[in-house]
Amino acid sequence: MSTTSYVPSPAQRAREEYRRRQTVLSVLIAAASTAAVGTLLAFAVTGAPGWDRVRASFFDPQIARDALPAVLTGLWLNLRLLVCCAIGALLLGLVIAILRTLRGPVFFPIRALATSYTYAFRGLPLIIVLYLLTLGVPGLRLQGMPPVLVLGGLALVLTYSGYLAEVFRAGIESVHPSQLAAARSLGLTYRQTMRHVVLPQAVRRVAPPLLNDVVALQKDVGLVSLAGPIDAVRAAQIATAQSFNYTPYIVAGVLFVLLAIPLIAVTDRVTLRAARRQSGG
Amino acid sequence: MDVLRCRGLRKVFGDQVVLDGLDLTVAEHQVVALIGSSGSGKSTLLRCVNLLEDLHDGTIELDGEDITAPGVDPDKVRRRIGMVFQSYNLFPHLSVLDNITLAPRRVHRRARAEAEARARELLERVGLGAKADAYPDRLSGGQQQRVAIVRALANSPRLLLLDEVTSALDPELVGEVLTMIRDLKTEGMTMILATHEMGFARDVADQVCFLDAGRVIESGPPSQVLADPVHPRTRQFLARIIEARRL
Repeated sequence: MSTTSYVPSPAQRAREEYRRRQTVLSVLIAAASTAAVGTLLAFAVTGAPGWDRVRASFFDPQIARDALPAVLTGLWLNLRLLVCCAIGALLLGLVIAILRTLRGPVFFPIRALATSYTYAFRGLPLIIVLYLLTLGVPGLRLQGMPPVLVLGGLALVLTYSGYLAEVFRAGIESVHPSQLAAARSLGLTYRQTMRHVVLPQAVRRVAPPLLNDVVALQKDVGLVSLAGPIDAVRAAQIATAQSFNYTPYIVAGVLFVLLAIPLIAVTDRVTLRAARRQSGG
Repeated sequence: MDVLRCRGLRKVFGDQVVLDGLDLTVAEHQVVALIGSSGSGKSTLLRCVNLLEDLHDGTIELDGEDITAPGVDPDKVRRRIGMVFQSYNLFPHLSVLDNITLAPRRVHRRARAEAEARARELLERVGLGAKADAYPDRLSGGQQQRVAIVRALANSPRLLLLDEVTSALDPELVGEVLTMIRDLKTEGMTMILATHEMGFARDVADQVCFLDAGRVIESGPPSQVLADPVHPRTRQFLARIIEARRL
């Protein structure tokens, strides 16, 4: 079967030509305005009266090189702690969210407990939870006390699971009641309905905000250094105290941003995919 | 033999009485069409029969067993009743095949291969064999509704409840769904359908029940209820429908 070959009409060709010109024009304007703003900013900073002092105490390449190994060692701790805490907080948050949705009088105490949990740990400042667990709990002198690092990680998991539980719960509640009716009408039990119909839809829907909280967690894991373990920021602080120069902080800051980029990129992609799926449905 | 027997059903939402002492009996292989204006209790009746709503009085018997008695497990009852909804309610995160096999696999504990073979066979029969691996949002409304009917049938129900299954469809897609229901009648499926399609009710139903304010105020063969109604409310309703050119 042959299709008649399509030749664009002169009107269409003129339109395409016009659009092409417009595209080139917008790219040029964007480039020019970026260059102008960049130059202006560079002048404002480097032209400032105190720039030389600031450059010497914040952007010293030699000090940056010297501090890098220690900061990297610290960052490795951040990374390990992040992975463990993120997994722990996501699991605990999901469990708490599910406990909050349980129905029936038998579950009242569990429901009440889960609800007070989210209230308590979202209200309590993370630093206080950290102090309680890393300084208070070892003070009990119980046998088999886990190391401070584990206790600090636990504090992070407790606090973040409070937030994540609420994100999960929002997702669970966003699944339309008609989906539950359809599942129950097929004879699925409440548990099967949650497991096979509600949770898969809920988790997909709240994946972007969940990942966003993981990005925030990435910065907060460093707070365990308050209890002793040396993370990237603490390593930078030590290096700063030795050299009387703030460059190590900049090194740590850059490394944190580099660490965050992949996670943020994943978040963006997941968000985009979710948006596309919704508009497609 | 009666598949379903409803006696004195009462259901209230707040101070609004939706079902007001409703009686309904459906014999095996019979198709009953529920007609009546919006809010007359058609959907609520179907949801009550499927135990999706709590009753405030009355009893429902399925195959002679009181399914509203205390201690009856509603999940076990629902396995014997299929329900199809106005807005399809397919599970958007599951493929057509997974939508259909979910209940056979999880509720009836069938093996995956067995459940899928049967699902494919049912899909093939309604001309949707090629769509088995598609996701619901890739299907037209009519196709989605046919999948929803297949999903309900995969449980081999004793009774099928159809709640205005064509109301959300574009006019040119209504036919494919109605054809499928007509075929089900030929195969002997016992069905209750709430509908606004008077022509279809006349075609396929053995009995038409006109609901008004939560009661069946007129029922009988379609030739009588639709063509020569006795009750003034039925006449008024049908006159309005004719005026809206739905008949």
